[in-house]
Amino acid sequence: MTLPQLTASIQRVPMFRDRTNAIATTVLGAAIVYASYRFVTWGVINAIWSLPQDASSQACRAIRGQGACWAVIGERLRFIVSGAYPFAEQWRPAVACLLFVMLYAASAVRAWWRWPLLGLWVLIPASVITLLRGGVFGLSEVPSEFWGGLPLTFLLSTIGFAVAFPFAGALALGRRSQLPAIKGLCIAYIELVRGVPLVTFLFMASVMFPLFVPQGLTIDKLLRAQVAFVMVIAAYVAEVIRGGLQAIPRGQYEAAASIGLSYWPTTILVVLPQALRVSIPALVNTFIAFFKDTSLVIVIGLFDLLGAAKAVIVDPRWVGFGVEAFLFAAIVYFGFCYAVSQYSRHLERVLVGRG
Amino acid sequence: MEGRRRDVRAASAVISTTQTPAPVAIGSTRFWSSARTRSIIWQIVAVAVVVGIIALVGLQTATNLRARGIASGFDFLGRAAGFEIARGPIEFSSRDTYARALVVGLLNTLRVSLTGIVLATSLGVGLGMARLSNVWIASTAARCYLEVIRNTPLLLQLLLWYALTQELPGPNDALNPLPGVFLCFRGLFFPSLLWHSGFPWISIEQPVLEGFGFRGGASLSPEFAALLVGLTTYTAAFIGEIVRGGVLAVDKGQREAASALGLSRMQVLRLVLLPQALRVVIPPTTAQFLNLTKNSSLAVAIGYPDLISITNTTLNQTGQAIEAIALAMSVYLAISVSLSFAMNTYNAAILARGGRSA
Repeated sequence: MTLPQLTASIQRVPMFRDRTNAIATTVLGAAIVYASYRFVTWGVINAIWSLPQDASSQACRAIRGQGACWAVIGERLRFIVSGAYPFAEQWRPAVACLLFVMLYAASAVRAWWRWPLLGLWVLIPASVITLLRGGVFGLSEVPSEFWGGLPLTFLLSTIGFAVAFPFAGALALGRRSQLPAIKGLCIAYIELVRGVPLVTFLFMASVMFPLFVPQGLTIDKLLRAQVAFVMVIAAYVAEVIRGGLQAIPRGQYEAAASIGLSYWPTTILVVLPQALRVSIPALVNTFIAFFKDTSLVIVIGLFDLLGAAKAVIVDPRWVGFGVEAFLFAAIVYFGFCYAVSQYSRHLERVLVGRG
Repeated sequence: MEGRRRDVRAASAVISTTQTPAPVAIGSTRFWSSARTRSIIWQIVAVAVVVGIIALVGLQTATNLRARGIASGFDFLGRAAGFEIARGPIEFSSRDTYARALVVGLLNTLRVSLTGIVLATSLGVGLGMARLSNVWIASTAARCYLEVIRNTPLLLQLLLWYALTQELPGPNDALNPLPGVFLCFRGLFFPSLLWHSGFPWISIEQPVLEGFGFRGGASLSPEFAALLVGLTTYTAAFIGEIVRGGVLAVDKGQREAASALGLSRMQVLRLVLLPQALRVVIPPTTAQFLNLTKNSSLAVAIGYPDLISITNTTLNQTGQAIEAIALAMSVYLAISVSLSFAMNTYNAAILARGGRSA
C-alpha cells in the first residue's frame, strides 16, 4: 500500500475525516489508553486476589501503589454485604435482599401499575423487617444494631419511600390547594426540608428525637434514622408528584366536575391515577437519589453497604486498603443504580412516545 | 374538540352556580354545604393540628431538658470551645469561643462551596461541550464519566478521593511536580505571596520540608482537596447535562443561520448557541449550586471542619443539640435563600438583555 493510499483509507474512517477531529481523537485516545493501562496493571496484573487463611496482610502492604489487594474483599465479603448480622443467620439478609429485588422487578412491569402494587410495597418491607428482626416462627431475635450492609441500604430507601409516599401525596395536593393556610404550611415544610442538607436531619434524628419523646421511651437508632429519611423523602417526592399534577390538563378537572364529582372523588379517581403515572420516571430517579443518599447514615454510626466497607478498613489487618473496599462498594452501587436508571430512561421514552 | 371543551366548561359553571348560593339562605342548618365555611374549618383544623404537634413536642422537650438539667439558650456560644481547628481561614485556638468556631466552620463551608461552584461550572461546561462534540471518543468518554459519577453515592466518591490522597507518598519523598510545589499525604503545599511594608512590598515564601511536614508557604489539607475534587467532579456531571440540554434547546434555525453567515463551528457555539442556552441553563444550574453547597456538609464524614462538623463537635461537647442544629439549619436556609436571590437577579438581567436584543 502506498502512502497516499494509506492516507486515503485512514481518512475513510469517520473519526479521521478532518484534522481537528483526528488530533482530538488521537490525544484523547492516547490518554485513555494510558490511564486504562495503568489501571489494569494496578487492578489486575499486579493485584493480589487472595491470601492464605492466617497469613498476615504483609504481602499486600509490600505492593502498595503497584497493585491492588482484592484479598480484603474476598475475606470480608460477607461483612460488607450483611454487616454485623450473626454469621450463622446470614441467609436472612440474603433473602431480604432477594425480596427487595423482587419488589423492584415487580414494580417495573407496567401491566401491574395498579393500586395493588402499592400493597406489595407495604407487604414486602413488612416481611423483611419480620425476617431480619426474628423472634417469631422459630427465628432467633436479632436486634437492629446488628443489621447492616446491603439489606440496610435497601431497607432505608425502600421503607423510606413507601412510608413517605402518602405524606408526599398529601403535601403535593396541599401545595396546590386553594386554601391559603394549608398551602402555606405545605410550602413551608417542603422548602424548609429542601433548603437544608440531609445530614442535618440525620443529626436531628440521632440527637434531637430522644428529647422529643417521654423519658424512658427509647426509640432505636435505625428507626430514628428511618423517620428522618421519611421526613426528607416526603418533601422531595411531593415536588415530583406536584410536577405530575401540573401535567394534568384542565379538561380533566372540568370533565370530572361536569359529571358531578367533588374535590376528593375528582382527586382520587381522576387526577391522582394519571398524575402518578406520568411522574413514575421522575419517581424512579428520586428513588435512585435516595438509594445513594442512604449511605449518609454513616455519619450517625449505622453500617449500610458503604458503612460496612468503611468499617472493614478500621480493622488493623486491613487498615489503609480503603481504595479497594470503596471501589468494590462502588461497583455494587453502580450495578444497581445503572440498571434502574436505564430502566427509567426506557420508561421516559415509552411514556413520552405514547403521550 | 374546542366545542366539547366549551361544553364541559359550561357544565361545570352550571354545577358551581347551583352549589354556591344555597347555605346563606338556609342558614346554620346547612352550614356544612357551604364551600367557604368548609374551607375555613379545614384550614383551622390543619393549623390546629400542626400547632398542637409542635406544642406537644415542645412541652415534652422542655420537661426532658429540665429533667436532664440542660439549660436551653444560646449562652454556650460565648464559652471557650476547647478544641483546635487546623488550617482555618481565620485564626482559631482552643481558648476561642464556640461562636468563633462556628464562624470558622461557616467560612470553611463557604470556601469549599464557592471554589467548588467555580470549578464545577468550568468542568461542567467542558463536559457539556464534549457530549455535544462530533469527536466520537470525546462524547463517549464524557458519557461514561457521567454514568459512573451519577450512579454512585457522592459520599462514596468523597471517601474514595480521601483514600486516594492517603495513598500519596510521605513528606520526605513528596511529589514535586513544579518547583516549590509539593504533594504528599499531608496535603498540597505551594509558594505563597507575602506582603511587606517596605520595598519591594511583596515576596514569595517557599514551603520548606521540616521534620514530618512542610513549613511556610500555603497549603491545602487532604480533606479540603478530597472534598473539593469530589464536589467538583460530582456537580460538574450534572451541570454538563444541563449545558448540553440548553444548547440542544436552542432553535435549529439559529445554528443554520449562523453557519450560513460563514461562522466556524466554534464561533457558532461561542457567539450564537451558548449565549442563548444561558437563559435555559441558569435556573437548573442554580439548583445545582445549591446542591453543591448542601452536599459540602458531607465534609463531616472525611473530617474537614465545615459548619456541620463544627456543629456536631459543639453539640457533642455542650449537649445543646436543639440550639446547635437549629443554628446550622438556619444558616443553610440563609445561604440557600441568598444564593437563589443572587441567581434570580442574574437571571432577570440575562432575560432583560435577551429581551432588548431580540
